[in-house]
Amino acid sequence: MSQAAAFSQKAFNQQLKRYYSIYTGGFIGFILLLAILEQFGLPRKWIGLAFLFATIGLYALIGIVSRTVEVAEYYVAGRRVPAFFNGMATGADWMSAASFIGMAGTLYLSGFDGLSFVMGWTGGYVLVALFLAPYLRKFGQFTIPDFLGARYGGNIARTIGIISAIIASFVYVVAQIYGVGLITSRFTGLEFGLGVFVGLAGILVCSFLGGMRAVTWTQVAQYIILIIAYLTPVVWLGVKHTGIPLPQIAYGQTLQKVGELEKKINSDARELEVRKIFAERAAAANAALKDPQAAYAKGRAELEQNLAKLRAANAPADQIAAAEKALAAYPKDLEEAKKKWNAEKGLAARAAPVRAHAEPFPGKDEAARNTARLNFLGIVFCMMFGTAALPHILMRYYTTPSVREARVSVFWSLFFIFLLYFTAPCLAVLAKYEVYSNLVGSKFAELPGWAAAWAAVDPTLLNITDVNKDGIVQLAEIVIGGDLIVLMTPEVAGLPYVISGLVAAGGLAAALSTADGLLLTIANALSHDLYYKMIDPHASTKRRVSVSKALLLVVALVAAYTASLKPGHILFLVGAAFSIAASAFFPALVLGVFWKRANKYGAIAGMLVGLGVCLYYMAHTYPTFIQWFGTTPIAKWWGIEPISAGVFGLPAGLITIVIVSLLTPAPDKEVQELVEHVRYPHLRGDIVTEAT
Amino acid sequence: MGRTGKNYNRRLLAPAHGWQPAPNQGGLMELSEKHREYWRKNLVITAILLAIWFVATFIEGWYARELNAITLFGFPLGFYMSAQGSLIIYVVIIGIYARYMNRLDVEYGVHEEEEK
Repeated sequence: MSQAAAFSQKAFNQQLKRYYSIYTGGFIGFILLLAILEQFGLPRKWIGLAFLFATIGLYALIGIVSRTVEVAEYYVAGRRVPAFFNGMATGADWMSAASFIGMAGTLYLSGFDGLSFVMGWTGGYVLVALFLAPYLRKFGQFTIPDFLGARYGGNIARTIGIISAIIASFVYVVAQIYGVGLITSRFTGLEFGLGVFVGLAGILVCSFLGGMRAVTWTQVAQYIILIIAYLTPVVWLGVKHTGIPLPQIAYGQTLQKVGELEKKINSDARELEVRKIFAERAAAANAALKDPQAAYAKGRAELEQNLAKLRAANAPADQIAAAEKALAAYPKDLEEAKKKWNAEKGLAARAAPVRAHAEPFPGKDEAARNTARLNFLGIVFCMMFGTAALPHILMRYYTTPSVREARVSVFWSLFFIFLLYFTAPCLAVLAKYEVYSNLVGSKFAELPGWAAAWAAVDPTLLNITDVNKDGIVQLAEIVIGGDLIVLMTPEVAGLPYVISGLVAAGGLAAALSTADGLLLTIANALSHDLYYKMIDPHASTKRRVSVSKALLLVVALVAAYTASLKPGHILFLVGAAFSIAASAFFPALVLGVFWKRANKYGAIAGMLVGLGVCLYYMAHTYPTFIQWFGTTPIAKWWGIEPISAGVFGLPAGLITIVIVSLLTPAPDKEVQELVEHVRYPHLRGDIVTEAT
Repeated sequence: MGRTGKNYNRRLLAPAHGWQPAPNQGGLMELSEKHREYWRKNLVITAILLAIWFVATFIEGWYARELNAITLFGFPLGFYMSAQGSLIIYVVIIGIYARYMNRLDVEYGVHEEEEK
């Protein structure tokens, strides 16, 4: 039996390698085919649609082939996913639309300070490897609340786990579905709402039919697409700039050139002129806002007088027409005027000099710089511990065949994630060089092709206005939306449109794969932890899987509906999910393995305190929450931003677990045995906790 | 022969009851001094690697401004570390841990049956 199992696992591994090699080759062939068709005049919209439907069709096919009604297959892919492939699946599970499309843009816009996300979202895997993955694998059940329920006996710990898992995952999944809608609408011209539901169909065929098994094999396929899509244009652009196809190593010199351009721009007379205009407009708006009523009347009167004067003097018709137009464009009422002034006030930011890209923690004085540094480290901290506590990631380590493979699998996970995350900062610098050297200083009449195209398509991505009317582009006249950086790369690199389609397919793969993992986590928390473990422990396996599938459908629809409302603040909410997960889960999970004395009461109190402190801080410091919940604002503790609330929540939870555990009786022998059990990959006379 | 492959496929955990010992092996878990030594070694390597992680993350981040005065491969060092260097260290840490622990399992006889 064991020999047969050993053989089949090896054969299975071989088979996977063969299938995915063929698949990768086929995908590259597909790209080449489209590239050839493009030369023969295939319209762009068709290329976009071909990528959309070919990839979603492929995911659906994998979903149908891997359909299952078996519990262990549905929840943990039969626990036979080899380390290498689990690494790829985790990579796709992990890298969301925000990583794929947004990360390089964040780095472009905020320079060094954006690296807190790069470090946080990779370094967290060290914690996963050292503290969680091997032990959870040995424990070997289905969900994270399973571990909390077993280790801290009873349903209270499990329930808190379920609630935290759902809060953290739901916020996150809404952001993914939102991303799917954006990408499909941008590249195929479908309407946003329709894009959301096409994407949703892609997510559902896969997770609905085959649960974790289908999701795993789809995620591997999605990883391959997303990494090819991300690296191809960057490598191409890198060859153009650095001369070698490994720009990640060679972009140091490009960074130096960007530094020189920054200095040049900061002393350029025309740039200073534009900034002065912005500063004046901001100052005028500020002055108007002090006494809006008077300013509104005065502004209107001035325009009317001007028009009357021109008419009286019999001025040329075009001057009169311009004056009439200005009057017609004047805000209709005071509210509209206030809105406009508030927007103008923001121009002050564009009046500021360019910050050096590689400079850490810029600020107006030493105190501001130190606060910026604390916040940088705060974000790193929360993203790392959040990574090591997000259920959809930890769940993936239940799917390997052994503890040994789980350890190796974390290595492959981070390796595959690293490939994208060490490319993003490089892409940001290459893009910045392109903008500073080619776009800045070009004539408005002859913008570089990509800039003209994107400015026409979507002004929120790229907006260039000739503020000082000199006919030449100044940096201060350009507004770039973060998402542009990844989207524009193929065109900047001079690649055909088919590569833009590929990038869209990559972004879609990143969003769909993460959404799959998250939906499954939420549905499992409800069906396995809540329904099976707490409501009906005698449910048949068939019923358990059916309930899970039904819930998956409901959760997906609710998430898609929420996303179609286009909620604001989605990025803040995603960041907040990390702080929440870190505060609620991390201490209880880690102490559960490393400290036998940690008991039920400690864990319950600790999770509640961690979650409570985290939510309290956010509710009282984040302006939107203050508005929503009507809370009283408090001063920020040490200037820490609300997104990093986990900096306070996690230690508070940890200390609470220790203190309360020590004040209450030690856990019984059974629990202590469970702890011993998860610490050793194999023990003679071991208990068995693995669920099948 | 250590654990048999059968255990993988048998559901032994009823939700209402406690953990049960594996069949055919009788008795409760036996933890010898050797087992405790294995766990101590695990804690030591975990602590060492965690310390490296801490330095590569928080000490590096804290002194990023100062590190930027040094240039490496054309990069300011503080920027290089946060954008790439620390990431490489993380990958290596996890690789070392997996390799070390997988060997330690065999050395202390707590390894699982080979299934590769």
